[in-house]
Amino acid sequence: MKFNRMHFQRLSFYFSVILFAAVASDGIAQSSQEKGLEIAKERKLRDRGWGDSVAELTMILRNSQGQETERAMRLHGLEVLDGGDKSLTIFDEPKDVNGTAFLNFSHAKEPDEQWIYLPALKRVKRIASRNKSGPFMGSEFAYEDMTAFEVEKYTYNYLGEDTVQNRKMFIVEQTPIDEFSGYTRQKVWIDQERYIPYKIEYFDKKDSLLKTLELNEYTLYLDKYWRALRTEMFNEQNGKSTEIITHEIEFKTGLEDSDFDKNSLKRAR
Amino acid sequence: MRRFWLNTVLHRPWLTIFFSILFVLLCATGAQKLAFNGDYKVYFEEDNPQRIAFEEMQAIFSKNENANILISPKQGSIFNPKTLKLIADFTEEAWQTPLSSRVDSVTNFQHTWAEDDDMIVEQLILDANAIDEPLVQRVQEVALSEPNLVNRLVDEQGRVALVSITVNLPDGDKSKETAQIVDSIRQLTDKYQSLYPDHEFHHTGIVFMNAAFESAAKDDAATLVPLMFVVILVVLGVLLRSLIGTLVTLLVVVFSIISTMGIGGWIGFDLTTATVNVPTLVMTLAVADCVHVIASLLYELRRGKSKIEAIETSMLLNAKPIFITSATTAIGFLTLNFSNVPALADLGTMTAIGVMIAFVLSISFLPAILRLLPMKATVKQEQSTDQFVKLGEWVIRQHKRILPFTIIVVVAAVGSSFLNTINDTPVEYFDETAEFKQAADYQEQVLSGMTTIDFALFTEQESGINDPTNLKHIHEFSQWLKARPEVDSVSTISDVFLRLNKNMHADQPEYYRLPENQQLAAQFLLLYEMSLPFNLDLNNQLNIDKSGTRIFVTMQTLGSKEITAFEKDAYQWVADNAPQLRLTAGSQNLMFAHIGEANMNSLLRGTVLALVLISGILIFALRSWKMGCISLIPNLLPAAIGFGIWGIYSGEINMGLSVVLSMALGIIVDDTVHFLSKYQYARQQHKSAENAVRYAFRSVGKALWVTTVVLTLGFAVLTLSSFALNSDMGLLTGIIIVVALAVDFLFLPAFLLVFDKQKLSEESSHEI
Repeated sequence: MKFNRMHFQRLSFYFSVILFAAVASDGIAQSSQEKGLEIAKERKLRDRGWGDSVAELTMILRNSQGQETERAMRLHGLEVLDGGDKSLTIFDEPKDVNGTAFLNFSHAKEPDEQWIYLPALKRVKRIASRNKSGPFMGSEFAYEDMTAFEVEKYTYNYLGEDTVQNRKMFIVEQTPIDEFSGYTRQKVWIDQERYIPYKIEYFDKKDSLLKTLELNEYTLYLDKYWRALRTEMFNEQNGKSTEIITHEIEFKTGLEDSDFDKNSLKRAR
Repeated sequence: MRRFWLNTVLHRPWLTIFFSILFVLLCATGAQKLAFNGDYKVYFEEDNPQRIAFEEMQAIFSKNENANILISPKQGSIFNPKTLKLIADFTEEAWQTPLSSRVDSVTNFQHTWAEDDDMIVEQLILDANAIDEPLVQRVQEVALSEPNLVNRLVDEQGRVALVSITVNLPDGDKSKETAQIVDSIRQLTDKYQSLYPDHEFHHTGIVFMNAAFESAAKDDAATLVPLMFVVILVVLGVLLRSLIGTLVTLLVVVFSIISTMGIGGWIGFDLTTATVNVPTLVMTLAVADCVHVIASLLYELRRGKSKIEAIETSMLLNAKPIFITSATTAIGFLTLNFSNVPALADLGTMTAIGVMIAFVLSISFLPAILRLLPMKATVKQEQSTDQFVKLGEWVIRQHKRILPFTIIVVVAAVGSSFLNTINDTPVEYFDETAEFKQAADYQEQVLSGMTTIDFALFTEQESGINDPTNLKHIHEFSQWLKARPEVDSVSTISDVFLRLNKNMHADQPEYYRLPENQQLAAQFLLLYEMSLPFNLDLNNQLNIDKSGTRIFVTMQTLGSKEITAFEKDAYQWVADNAPQLRLTAGSQNLMFAHIGEANMNSLLRGTVLALVLISGILIFALRSWKMGCISLIPNLLPAAIGFGIWGIYSGEINMGLSVVLSMALGIIVDDTVHFLSKYQYARQQHKSAENAVRYAFRSVGKALWVTTVVLTLGFAVLTLSSFALNSDMGLLTGIIIVVALAVDFLFLPAFLLVFDKQKLSEESSHEI
């Protein structure tokens, strides 16, 4: 058998394939964390500049028997560009918690600061708990599911692509840095065009699927900011679910820092 | 028809065998569908009211099926840095248990206190690696004063701590999941056992009870069935003295069992602690059929007949009695379908199928294979006087004394049968050798009983539990529960409110009372809920619109009556003191407490039906209304006497025993059929009652003795089960079968000698 040109070509082809594969796989392994982080940064970046917002929400809680109950609240948010966002939640219903207001300073690295105003006691109380994973008003949302997304709260891993609601998605796995988080990891489906999440899966401490969040009815505000007006959290383990419906949302309402301090809590009605 | 059958069986034995084996193989393919099901719910119908109440409560609040681990130092109290670290680490790792949704222990208890004007919510031991003496002090103080902890997660003396893992078991078959959970926890325990050799670990809770149910079923299958084979081999060897006879009987038995279990698989039955007895029962009943056929065959051979003649005679003699006894037995077992306990109904159906298969095989496969195999018996003269003839003579002489004596025995037995009370306590099903029982006893001794009842109070209005009146009633109800002597611990939302109110008022002791108004209560709760971590929330105690709350009660291990009485008192308390609240109660213990009575009532109806059907068959078979009616007495007396003996021996009727009545009826009827049919035959030959009794003893005395021995041994094997539902059932049925023989040998002839004096010619006009 002669070692002819064709053989050589074929051999060099194989060689280059192997070489390329090695390089490529190495490259992917290195960049999957980076790519995840990149997507997360882009997600945060695209949402910059919304300033402040006021939203009116209804929360519908359902149990596995199909019974349901409603909560109503207003949500004031303030974007803080060089730190964590601030939010103020005012509860309207049920009646017996009407006027209760909840203030949160979201921090990227240290725990969030939280206060609550109890009108019946006429006092502001600091929530000195590191627990952020408990249910928000008995719903399937944990408090940490509702706070503003901050890049520094997680480490990332890019998992691949998928299609949700006929739209192309990145799947990014994010692992909470806070040891008091209720989750080992979250799998987030992020729209490749808009960089907003359409679906999030939450995994509990034993790494089983605990909850799935679906974000629907995305609406564009100020030509730039996408907000999901209907989100629903399904608990995959106990069959309960909670839906949050945003009835109204307004941006740039002129809220400022002084509307988000302990004193403002008492005034919030 | 009969000709065709005999011709096929005797002259085309290969064909018969071929079809028999084909049938067995077809059935057998279903056996792979049989799965072990250790779920305690196999004892409860889907629409069992207690099951519905319990499952509804699980759906409205959260599932609360637990696996518990008791941790105790071999010496001293748990309040030392080492043990607390052990508990804290164990608690943390227990979150890895498959399907776990919650882990509670003294170390992750969410302690609340006031600091300046703030309320702090923090788990008692935050860092397991930094436990010092002051922290130990604090943990001890909180643990022994907190109503949600003491007697629940730690005992009053601080000798033992309990880690409770709540698991989210799927509906339906959960053996796989149960096994996973149990394996995972055992591994965890083993790990900590080797790290802390000076500590003891015990496992209790529903998950381990389920696992114990399953292992009881598996143990029974693994030990009792082989043991039964040994017993059968020995009995057959002794009774038949024929190797071939023993071997073919074994074949029939094995075929019957395989087809029965296979058909069970096709139908979709599970192997449960109840149906695992089917092989033993089918074996027992199949052996009785074969013994009759082979004994007659050997008898004919000894009289010098050719084998084919002997088989034919045996078939002609036995086909009808075997059919009747099989049919009555099957009817008895089928009436178990009246049971409120699905597992027992399945047991009845499968055994009935098995009995009929055994019948078919013993008149087809059995004669066919006997036709092909060599069988010899030395020709010899029949012994003229055997033991049973002597017994018959004695009964005839003494019958005037036997009768009043029997009546005394019956009255005494019926009287003492009232000593029986219905009682189902799942823990007590297991004997002392079961690890689960030992752990349960240990828990009872050091911490709390194994009985739990969940009470749900519904206000029927949104946020209703925050209403001061409702809250007051919830609190008073909780206090009433705590004051009951049988109650070990009560976990209630009202205690949380007391504590929160105090915390919100700078921990001033005088504020350890319920919040004054609804707004306060609601807002405290909101704040508290926001401060709780993942899965240690209040969703297990509050429903979604906070209109209802669930209270957990742990009690001493109680019998059915005490539990249902306790439940009734609770309903009464709420009706009297808080009529605006709706109370429901639910728990596994309540389900078991109610099942015994419901089951007994429905089975009594089933037994009456069985009695009517069986008597109908007897009237038809004996072709006499009179004999059919007389047969009622020997059919009913054994059960009455048997339950009388049980009243003296034990007095506790669990649901396994409630099926004995109809089951035993189907079996003991055989004795009556054989005895009465022979007696009647002799009377029709115009013999006197005395001579007819003699004839009956001579012709069937030994056969009855043999089948009774076989059946008694069969049920005796069941008594070796470590699972009380099975062992008690075996024991009582065994007792009844022995009593039945005594009744047929002593009372029945005495009765006939006294009351059956008329000439037979009058009787014949009543024939049907």
